[in-house]
Amino acid sequence: MNQEEIFQQKVDTEVRIEPKDWMPDKYRQTLIRQISQHAHSEIVGMLPEGNWISRAPTLQRKAILIAKVQDEAGHGLYLYSAAETLGISRDEMIAQLHSGKAKYSSIFNYPTTTWADMGAIGWLVDGAAIMNQVPLCRTSYGPYARGMVRICKEESFHQRQGFEILLVLSKGTDEQKAMCQDAINRWWWPSMMMFGPKDDESPNTQQSMKWKVKRFTNDELRQRFVDICAEQIKILGMNIPDSDLKWNAEKKHYDFGQINWEEFWNVVSGNGPCNKERLDARVKAHEEGAWVREAANAFAEKQKQRAHKNSVAA
Amino acid sequence: MATEISIGNLTQPINESTDQLILYTLHLADNALILGQRNAEWTGHGPVLEQDIAISNIALDLIGQARMLYQYAATLINQATNQLINHSTNPAHTEDTLAFFRTGAEYKNCLLVELPRGDWGVTVLRQFFFSTYQYFLYHELKNSADETLAAIAEKSFKEVTYHMRWSAEWVIRLGDGTEESHDRMQKALDQLWAYTGELLTPGDFETEPDGKIVVDLRSIKVAWTNKIQEVLSTATLQIPENKWQQSGGKQGRHTEHLGYILSEMQYLQRTYPNAQW
Ligand SMILES: [Fe+2]
Ligand SMILES: [Fe+2]
Repeated sequence: MNQEEIFQQKVDTEVRIEPKDWMPDKYRQTLIRQISQHAHSEIVGMLPEGNWISRAPTLQRKAILIAKVQDEAGHGLYLYSAAETLGISRDEMIAQLHSGKAKYSSIFNYPTTTWADMGAIGWLVDGAAIMNQVPLCRTSYGPYARGMVRICKEESFHQRQGFEILLVLSKGTDEQKAMCQDAINRWWWPSMMMFGPKDDESPNTQQSMKWKVKRFTNDELRQRFVDICAEQIKILGMNIPDSDLKWNAEKKHYDFGQINWEEFWNVVSGNGPCNKERLDARVKAHEEGAWVREAANAFAEKQKQRAHKNSVAA
Repeated sequence: MATEISIGNLTQPINESTDQLILYTLHLADNALILGQRNAEWTGHGPVLEQDIAISNIALDLIGQARMLYQYAATLINQATNQLINHSTNPAHTEDTLAFFRTGAEYKNCLLVELPRGDWGVTVLRQFFFSTYQYFLYHELKNSADETLAAIAEKSFKEVTYHMRWSAEWVIRLGDGTEESHDRMQKALDQLWAYTGELLTPGDFETEPDGKIVVDLRSIKVAWTNKIQEVLSTATLQIPENKWQQSGGKQGRHTEHLGYILSEMQYLQRTYPNAQW
């Protein structure tokens, strides 16, 4: 067997691929693209929710929200580390994000305009992320799979917390109920888009499935998401903004309406409501942190030289 | 309405020591909350991912401390006011009524914590001044005759020990880093120094004849000063010669910044005053 065949056999028999193992170049590139995109999504995803930390309505909500956003930073860290095992540095990945070469999840290009958005994001966005990510705990690349195990645990916690925010609002004053429904209206369709294009328009899916980087198609995961949310919304006593949503007894799934793919491609290509704000915020933080990183390096270097001098003198 | 009870001006103290304990507890809580609120402005915007997490963690610790202290203050106020006022007309206070329905003049935090976060240098230097204060404060407060305050101090001491170490390391790293970082740190020191004196100058609620509950700030001033001087000197930074110190926070006389912090922080509670969240 040649290397490629050995590799594919490992994948087929569920043996994890590790950083030092031989792997096809395209497999490596696919993973770098996917993991770094995932890492960037965690980091950019801190911004829309960070937007409400200063205005959280109670001290407990404030603490939970800070912890949640901080968890996302942690996810970004694990994922950057996982990508680094494939031979790319965090600096390179960040430069690709800032130049626009690397993408992040388009969902974070939507604005958070009310407190209820903290609930809707947790419930729908973290919820959709879990659908996508649970299968990744068994993805063929070892460091990615292991990182995902840890991340998924926290994501399901976020999802429950978000739902709980909405639950409280759904039982609150008329204004709070309206706020709750409005947030669901705004976040539902963008969340549906998080699963990516339809299967027949997703060119990379076939290869990714063969490599077991991906285990379910976009449409399969999207259907699963709809089926779960269509039940959970009943607990909230709210509506999902889709008049075509109904149970299909024959298929044993919910039918749902058309996704606005024009909006999807528009946001992906940079025309979402907050694309510029999000990227500008990341670039600003990075640029304003430059002197700090430089100083930390310079100080570490001085310390090394001092230690060296001392050891020579001793 | 809970909002109508003015905590800062309890005009009819139940007895002076209870009144003092409430104000003291609120002062400690306000310090922690306002600095937590400031530090959380960094969440998502830190200079490097690891430090974004670290400063968010400190914010979380401080807000956690504030919550415990407000809860205690709320209990004290509820107990005290129930003796005087018909309970049915005055719903109980909670950590949230105290945080979200007091005005700037009722907040008792030191001015230092409400100053803008500035650059990373200002943030870590302010943290270092404050955490060193909290370190020595809680170290003493652990022995307070008030069991609740002692327990809160005990619980928070490990956290602030870490905050002090983390911030001292950053002060040294940036002070002794590059020319630019040194200049920025010296500027931060020149700006912040006049706000450090208030930390260790007793307000009315911090003077206690028998000294059993409240920490005597004079007893920790030397230790604080020594630690600050040691770290600043390692960081190659110069304490400004101007000895003038700002004050007023403990009396509710604040900088212009606090109003903006509160209007943002309190916005939802004040817009929808009867809602649960
Ligand atoms: Fe995450
Ligand atoms: Fe999450």
